[in-house]
Amino acid sequence: MINSTAIMLVVVIPVIVATLAFAWWYRSSNTRASRGTDESYEERIEFVVWSIPALTVILLGGVIWIGAHQLDPRAPIPGKSEPLHVDVVSLDWKWLFIYPDQGIAAVNQLVIPAGTPIAFRLTSATVMNSFFVPQLGSQIYTMGGMTTHLNLLADKPGEFPGISANYSGDGFSWMRFVVKSVPAGDFNTWLAQVRGAGSALDDATYAELAKPSKDVPPTTYRSVDPKMFERIIDWTVAGPRKGSVDKASDSPPHKAGG
Amino acid sequence: MLGKLTWAAIPFNEPLPLVSGAVVVLIILAILAFITVKGWWPYLWREWLTSVDHKRIGVMYMVLGLVMLLRGFADAIMMRTQQMIAVGDAQGYLVPEHYDQIFSAHGTIMIFFVAMPLVIGLMNFAVPLQLGVRDVAFPTLNSVSFWLTATGALLVNMSLVIGVFSRASWWGYPPLSGLAFSPDVGVDYYLWSLQISGVGTLLTGINFVTTILKLRAPGMTYMRMPVFCWTALAANLLIVAAFPVLTATFAMLLLDRYLDMHFFTNDLGGNQMMYANLFWAWGHPEVYILVLPAFGVFSEVAATFSGKGLFSYRSMVWATLGICILSFMVWLHHFFTMGAGADVNAVFGIMSSIIAVPTGVKIFNWLFTMFRGKIDFKTPMVWLVAFMITFMIGGVTGVLLAVPPVDFVVHNSAFLVAHFHNVIIGGVVFGAFAGYYYWFPKAFGFTLDERFGMASIWCWVIGFWLAFTPLYMLGLMGMTRRLQHIADPSWQPLLIVAEVGAIVIFAGILCQIAQLYVSIRTREQRRDLTGDPWNGRTLEWSTPSPPPPYNFATLPRVETIDAFWHMKRTGRAPVEPVYEPIEMPRNSPAGFVTAFFAVIMGFSLIWHIWWLAILGFLAAVIVVLIAGWNIEREHEISTAEVAQMEQAR
Repeated sequence: MINSTAIMLVVVIPVIVATLAFAWWYRSSNTRASRGTDESYEERIEFVVWSIPALTVILLGGVIWIGAHQLDPRAPIPGKSEPLHVDVVSLDWKWLFIYPDQGIAAVNQLVIPAGTPIAFRLTSATVMNSFFVPQLGSQIYTMGGMTTHLNLLADKPGEFPGISANYSGDGFSWMRFVVKSVPAGDFNTWLAQVRGAGSALDDATYAELAKPSKDVPPTTYRSVDPKMFERIIDWTVAGPRKGSVDKASDSPPHKAGG
Repeated sequence: MLGKLTWAAIPFNEPLPLVSGAVVVLIILAILAFITVKGWWPYLWREWLTSVDHKRIGVMYMVLGLVMLLRGFADAIMMRTQQMIAVGDAQGYLVPEHYDQIFSAHGTIMIFFVAMPLVIGLMNFAVPLQLGVRDVAFPTLNSVSFWLTATGALLVNMSLVIGVFSRASWWGYPPLSGLAFSPDVGVDYYLWSLQISGVGTLLTGINFVTTILKLRAPGMTYMRMPVFCWTALAANLLIVAAFPVLTATFAMLLLDRYLDMHFFTNDLGGNQMMYANLFWAWGHPEVYILVLPAFGVFSEVAATFSGKGLFSYRSMVWATLGICILSFMVWLHHFFTMGAGADVNAVFGIMSSIIAVPTGVKIFNWLFTMFRGKIDFKTPMVWLVAFMITFMIGGVTGVLLAVPPVDFVVHNSAFLVAHFHNVIIGGVVFGAFAGYYYWFPKAFGFTLDERFGMASIWCWVIGFWLAFTPLYMLGLMGMTRRLQHIADPSWQPLLIVAEVGAIVIFAGILCQIAQLYVSIRTREQRRDLTGDPWNGRTLEWSTPSPPPPYNFATLPRVETIDAFWHMKRTGRAPVEPVYEPIEMPRNSPAGFVTAFFAVIMGFSLIWHIWWLAILGFLAAVIVVLIAGWNIEREHEISTAEVAQMEQAR
């Protein structure tokens, strides 16, 4: 980003200055300004006019190609350790995180070990959303019946807010979660805690969870079917909205002003 | 009998929308009553509502666009206020159900019923005059186009009072806009108003492509056309190519909603990614449909007020055509985050940044037009300088968004919101205003007040930067768009600054209203008797202000670019006083009546009143057929009348 901005500003700032300078100097009341005629057109200037933006864009094109490949969200992060797998499901209007290898799940909180790459698979049991933790990097859409992939890494312990970055309906503003990056030891302690308390995420619990609700406090589930993610996708594809909620009943009319 | 329509559709239990809706209805009734009392209906009907004169239709498009700008701006200031107040524990004054309608309506209105009417209005007014011809190729069709656009605008505003508007944003991505997640009539209002106005826009495109390709003054070869005509040609080619895509996409979404099909649903094989691709396959060309005519206006303004020809006309034409083609090859940059691979994203990112080349060329050409010129800083020229600086920043942030790794962290953020307002306000709106200030004397025969004009420009520019610099910053801080409630209290100061910016823009709008009022009051002192108030270069300035219905008593002969400038320098009279009878199209109520039935059809479809929808559709078709079969379409202006009108100048 810094690179691209710098490349463009090198061109754009002088042009802005020139615009203001020309506008001021060639004002009609300035008696000292030299005036051109209609035929002041010059091939040489025309050449410059095309080549400056072209060269800038060639340079930028390189930056884009390299950047798009280096920071591809699908590309695994070259890490010291094996990645932790997390499955993400967007619901109306909260986030479900399934840890398939650990057999636990959580809503609106994502606890991860610092320094370990996280490999996400993402889908939506409702409309399109975008999974985004601004402080950790890239976002990716979640879409019903489909899987997207994202790899992130938290270098250090800390708490980072996460959001949906694609408008998904009335509860969208509350579709927030928190990412807690903890030292590896603490992560195992947390796993033990989760397994020892709370309820299991079975089909009935999931059906209840999938109903629209907003501002849902963080929750954990002590166990979950490791294939839950695949099953949610199957339900979404199969319809009629099993697992998701029948919203076809008319909601009371609301009005927009203005 | 009345489908889904019941008394529950009118929000008796919700004071805020009920009152605002009632106020709007009362204002409209007051205006209608005023016209009735004054006895203006026959005049309005004869001279405006049924007019097929491209100049009158152009003016009506501008009026529609400016009125809808007020509505869209009211939405904007409501959103800014909500975001400023609803921080942390505070919930603001708009519940999500309202707020979501407001931002959806704001986007829909500003693109389809403000920006589009403004640029189409300018093209209607200026293109035939610049080409040196008497009207567009299909004058009656032109009237139908306008009235269908007005139909769409009316339907959007009806949702204020009867029912609800869409809460699925201006792009209406399914599955959110599908029946399962948006069961009420809001999305239907959105879809039908855009389907009906979309037909009007497509007809405009066909009309203008035909006009520019087939009707030009004798001697006006392609490379002698004014640049505004070139940009109009490019924009209308884009309309013809892109709008059917939108219509087909919306038709599929309508089938999903009305006949339970599964083009874009989550389940049973629907594919929402297809909608996103199709929508933006229209949506990106749409950006250039709007901004290319604005570039055209600025090219005319730069040459006229610098007192010298446009620098490198040829480059300008090729840059315009280049943008026209490239605009179809970049749509994927609207959703890099959908999960396409790095190769695809990189290709679309590079294609997007390539558009910066012809655009940069245009900037340089305006710059070198000013170079060694004698710049007369009338208001249109000040708009040009304001535009160049504002638009360049918008261009930089646009290219940044075209870099996929950058887009992955600012996609859908306030940064994006700031970027596209930067190019649409800084480019399209400033361009439309420049064109409005520039051609107003030609349309009405008197100039606009310069002092209020200058004040409005300063307010718009300062207000714009106050409103959107904070959004750029907030976007980088992680604020996404369309938030009805803000969680992070540290963002509030910047949101307050943005609100102040919106208020300053409002002051600019007030200045423009005052400008219009003052100019009309003092019109006798500001009459333009020459027809050429700015020392213009193109043929529209060779006509009297306002031009007679037939524009040119004798079609001008064109030998160079900037034909009128050439005529003035070589001392040749632009119009030889040999008058002959002129055949002009008759006024036709076809457009207005078709639109009347289209409103009935659209409204009935929205509310599932099937019998009335069928009647409305059949009636509209019959009106069009009758108009089409009518062979008494022209009337003749006699030599004596022409001579009389010409001598009156």
